[in-house]
Amino acid sequence: MGRDVWVLAEYADGRPRKITYELLGKARSLAEELGGQVVALALGSGIQETSKDLGAHGADVVRVADDPLLGQYTTDAYLAVIEPIVTTEQPFLLLVGSTASGRDLAPRLAARVDAGIVTDCAAVEIDGDQVEVTRPVMTRKALARVAFRGEGPRIAVVLPNIFPPTAPDSSRLPEVLPVSVTLDPAAVRTQVLEVKAIARETLPLTEADIIVSGGRGLRGPENFSILEELARVLGAAVGSSRPPVDSGWVPHDYEIGQTGKTVNPQLYIACGISGAPQHLAGMSGSRWIVAINKDPQAPIFSIASYGVVGDLFQVLPLLTEEVRKLRRSSRG
Amino acid sequence: MNVVVCVKYVPDTEAPIRIRADGGGIEESGLPFKLNYYDEHGVEEALRIKEKTGGTVTVVTVGPSAAAQALRQGVAMGADAAIHIEDPALDGADHLGVARALAAAIGAQGCDLVICGKLSTDDNAAVVGPALAEFLGFTQATAVTKLELSTGKAMAHREVEGAVEVLEVTLPAVITVERSINEPRYPSLPGIMKAKRTAIAVKTLGDLGLTLQEAGGVAARTEVLGYTPPPQRQAGRILEGEPAEMVKELVRLLRDEAKVL
Ligand SMILES: Cc1cc2nc3c(=O)[nH]c(=O)nc-3n(C[C@H](O)[C@H](O)[C@H](O)COP(=O)(O)OP(=O)(O)OC[C@H]3O[C@@H](n4cnc5c(N)ncnc54)[C@H](O)[C@@H]3O)c2cc1C
Repeated sequence: MGRDVWVLAEYADGRPRKITYELLGKARSLAEELGGQVVALALGSGIQETSKDLGAHGADVVRVADDPLLGQYTTDAYLAVIEPIVTTEQPFLLLVGSTASGRDLAPRLAARVDAGIVTDCAAVEIDGDQVEVTRPVMTRKALARVAFRGEGPRIAVVLPNIFPPTAPDSSRLPEVLPVSVTLDPAAVRTQVLEVKAIARETLPLTEADIIVSGGRGLRGPENFSILEELARVLGAAVGSSRPPVDSGWVPHDYEIGQTGKTVNPQLYIACGISGAPQHLAGMSGSRWIVAINKDPQAPIFSIASYGVVGDLFQVLPLLTEEVRKLRRSSRG
Repeated sequence: MNVVVCVKYVPDTEAPIRIRADGGGIEESGLPFKLNYYDEHGVEEALRIKEKTGGTVTVVTVGPSAAAQALRQGVAMGADAAIHIEDPALDGADHLGVARALAAAIGAQGCDLVICGKLSTDDNAAVVGPALAEFLGFTQATAVTKLELSTGKAMAHREVEGAVEVLEVTLPAVITVERSINEPRYPSLPGIMKAKRTAIAVKTLGDLGLTLQEAGGVAARTEVLGYTPPPQRQAGRILEGEPAEMVKELVRLLRDEAKVL
C-alpha cells in the first residue's frame, strides 16, 4: 500500500477548475505528513499541456488520460479509465471535488474498487496511520467525525472553497506519465446529447469568493438586477433563498440551503433573507456574513458578522456605489 | 415499466437536534421522523411514469422497524408494494453496505428503473444511488431535474456547474432526483387506507443471500466516531441609522476588519 495522495483533476473549458487547485494544496500538506507523493490524475481531451499547471500547484506526478471520449464526463468512460489505475496503484487517499461529476463518479468508483468513501468533507486529517474527516450533517446542526477503516483506497469527496490553493510555483516540474486509454465506445452507455450553458453573467456559486444573495424581501424578479449590479462591482456570484426559486424569479440552481447548494465563500451578503434554519444550512459556513434586513428581529442577525438594519432598496444601490468608489480609488 | 424507489426515514429537518452526552450519536427519543424529502420527489416521479406507461411501483427501505412508516407513506401516495430490509446486522453498516443490501433486494425483484432521492437529509451522503447502480450494473444519472423515458432509454437533465447537461442513458438505470423535478402529491385517503392493509415484505441479510462480511457493520470501510455541535457563530456588529452612514461604515469594516474588499 502506497503513501501517496491522489487528486482527481477536473477541467472546465480545458483548464483545471478552482477546486482542483484547492485539492492539490491540501494533498501537498497531507502527503508531506504521510511521506508520500502528490499524484494528479487528469482525464480529458486535449489536456496534455495542463500538466505543467498541475505541477506548479503541487503535483509531483501527473497521470494524463487524453482521449476524445473523455472530453465530456460520462460515468462509464471515466470509470473504465480510473478503475484499473486505482486498482493497481492503490493510492492511500484519493481526493475528489464535490462537483456534479465528482459526486456522480466517486461513490460508484468506491463501490467498484471496494474503497471507503466519505462525501462533503470539510476537514481531512492524518491520525497516525489513518485518515479522519469532518463533515456537516443533519442540516448542519451537527458535525460528524468519520474515520476510514481497513486496507485499500480511501476516497474523500471534498467541499469546494474550504482549502486555500497554494501559490503556483512554475519552477516545479511534475513527472508526466501518460495513461493508455483503450475505450470501447459501445461500452459507454451514456451519451451527452447537449450541454446548455445557463445564461449568467456571474461566477458559479460554489467557486465564488463573494456571494450576494436575495430572498423574499426582493419582492420580484426585476429586482434581482439590483443584486446583479452589486455582484458585478464585487466580482461576486448571485444566489437566493428558496422563495425566489419557488416563485420563479430565478432558476433552481440559484438556491442556497438544505435543498439547494452548500457554499463556503469568504463573504456572503444576505439581502431580504430572514435566516430560516434551512437557509442557514447552506451558508453558515461562510467566513464573513453581512445581513441587510429591515426587521431588526430577523434571525439572520444572530449569525451575521455585520448587520445592516434597513430597507434593501435604499441600502443596496448605496453599497454598490460605495464599493465602486473604493475599487476606483484602489486602482487609481 | 416496473420502477423501484429507494426511500429513507429521517429526522424532520425542522426539529432541533440533540447530540447524546457521549457524543456517539444523535438523541432519537422524541425526535420526529419523516420520509426523506427528496424521496417524496422520487415516489412522485415513479407514480407519474406508472400513470403514463403502466407497470408497478415498489418502495424499498433499509432501516429499523419504525422505517416502515416511510414505506407506508410511499404506498399511501400510490406505490403498489413495499420491501423492508430490516436486520440488526446492518447496524454500523456504511453506505456501501446499505447499497449492497438494496441491490440484492432489487436484483431479486427485477425492474427497469430505480429512483433514489439526490441525497438523504440526515447524513447528506449522496453515496447510495451511484453505489447501487454499480452493484446492479445499471447506468446512472444523478441529481436529475427532468426525466423522459422512451423504449430502452431515458433522457435526463442534470444541473452541472453553470450549465444543464442533457444525457441519454440506456435502461435499466438508477436515477437520483433533485427537488425541482416535480411537485409531490399528498397521500389520498383511500391511499392511506390501502397503506394500512398492504403487506410489507420484510427481508433479512440472509433472505437476500448476503453475508455479514458483504454488507454488515464488520464490512464497513468507514465509521462515524462521533458528533459535535457546529461552532457557534457569534452575532457581530449591528449597524443602525441613516442608510448612507451605515453603508460607509459597512464598507470600512469589510475593508479594514474583514479584509474582503
Ligand atoms: C424541507 C424544506 C427545505 C427547505 N430548504 C430551503 C433551502 O434550501 N433554502 C432556503 O432558503 N429555504 C429553504 N426552505 C424554506 C425556509 O424554511 C424559509 O421559508 C426560507 O428560507 C425563507 O426565505 P426568505 O428568508 O427569503 O423569506 P422570508 O422568511 O419571508 O424573509 C424575507 C425577509 O425579507 C425582509 N425584507 C422584506 N422587505 C425588505 C426590504 N425592503 N428591505 C430589507 N429587508 C426586507 C423581511 O424582514 C424578512 O426577514 C426549506 C423549507 C423546507 C420545509
